[in-house]
Amino acid sequence: MNALPLVLTVFVACAVEAIEALTIVLAAGLTRQWRSTFQGMAAALLVLAAIVGVLGPTITLLPLTALRLVVGALLAIFRLQWLRKAILRATGHKALHDEASAYLREVAAAKAAPEVAKRGVSDWYAFTLAFKGVLLEGLEVVFIVITFGDNQRNLGAAVVGAAIAVVVVTVTGIAVRAPLAKVPENALKFLVGIMLTSFGTFWGAEGAGVRWPGNDAALLVLVPVVAIVSLACTAWLRRARRSGGAAGSAVQASVSEGVSGP
Amino acid sequence: MMRALKSFGAFWYDFVIGDDWQVAALVVAALAVTALLVHVARVNAWWLLPVCAFAALVWSLRRATAGKS
Repeated sequence: MNALPLVLTVFVACAVEAIEALTIVLAAGLTRQWRSTFQGMAAALLVLAAIVGVLGPTITLLPLTALRLVVGALLAIFRLQWLRKAILRATGHKALHDEASAYLREVAAAKAAPEVAKRGVSDWYAFTLAFKGVLLEGLEVVFIVITFGDNQRNLGAAVVGAAIAVVVVTVTGIAVRAPLAKVPENALKFLVGIMLTSFGTFWGAEGAGVRWPGNDAALLVLVPVVAIVSLACTAWLRRARRSGGAAGSAVQASVSEGVSGP
Repeated sequence: MMRALKSFGAFWYDFVIGDDWQVAALVVAALAVTALLVHVARVNAWWLLPVCAFAALVWSLRRATAGKS
């Protein structure tokens, strides 16, 4: 695989995670205090560095076939769930992920929580909020970087994609000092779900021993096929929802008629 | 200690498996059958995992939206 598609795929996937982490960090920093928030972020980054330090070299020692089988299976499972959620959101069966409302929820919770000093941290709530947010989203970034980088034997390109994403999101967040609500996050998640499900399926099957027709070029067919199936699912659920809604309205109308009728 | 272990397990379960464990089970089963077909029956079953992944997705969406529309 050329390095550019790898960098772009990792960039988009990691940008989505970075936007979510930024929302939490901003909520903690702006409503509580920045010192404890930065301490929480630093602690999470240390834990992430330790995970990378342990996992990175171990994973590179694994034979490529075993790595592709495990990583492909994990990626396929993990992102198929993401794709499922994105389709449910796109069809109105699940609330859209909205960074502005997620931010308001975090702010309301942060304002309500009492300020408690603990273990050398002046505001334990801000610390844990930033720690959890950065650790959880950071774990996803690490997972994406290691799986993509190792599978393509180009960890450097994956790291570059992730680093650009984190820097771009951080700089934008600092500039606007608000959650990045205008980023089409749900559409990005849909796109990332399609890309990562395709890669997971490709690597998983390769790890199980299959030889894809056309080798790596099979991805050029697999990605559009996953996209078509996902869009078809979206269209199917939208139609079902509309016809269900129409049927519901008809029932409601007949009930109303019965109530208000002679 | 038990509570910490439980929440650690719950975190990883939620992180990897997510909302629908049956999707994960189907993908793992498809990978196992693919490996069997390739290594035992000598069939290059490259098509099996994508087909099962699509089936798992459609089946999961159907169950998630059943009775809602």
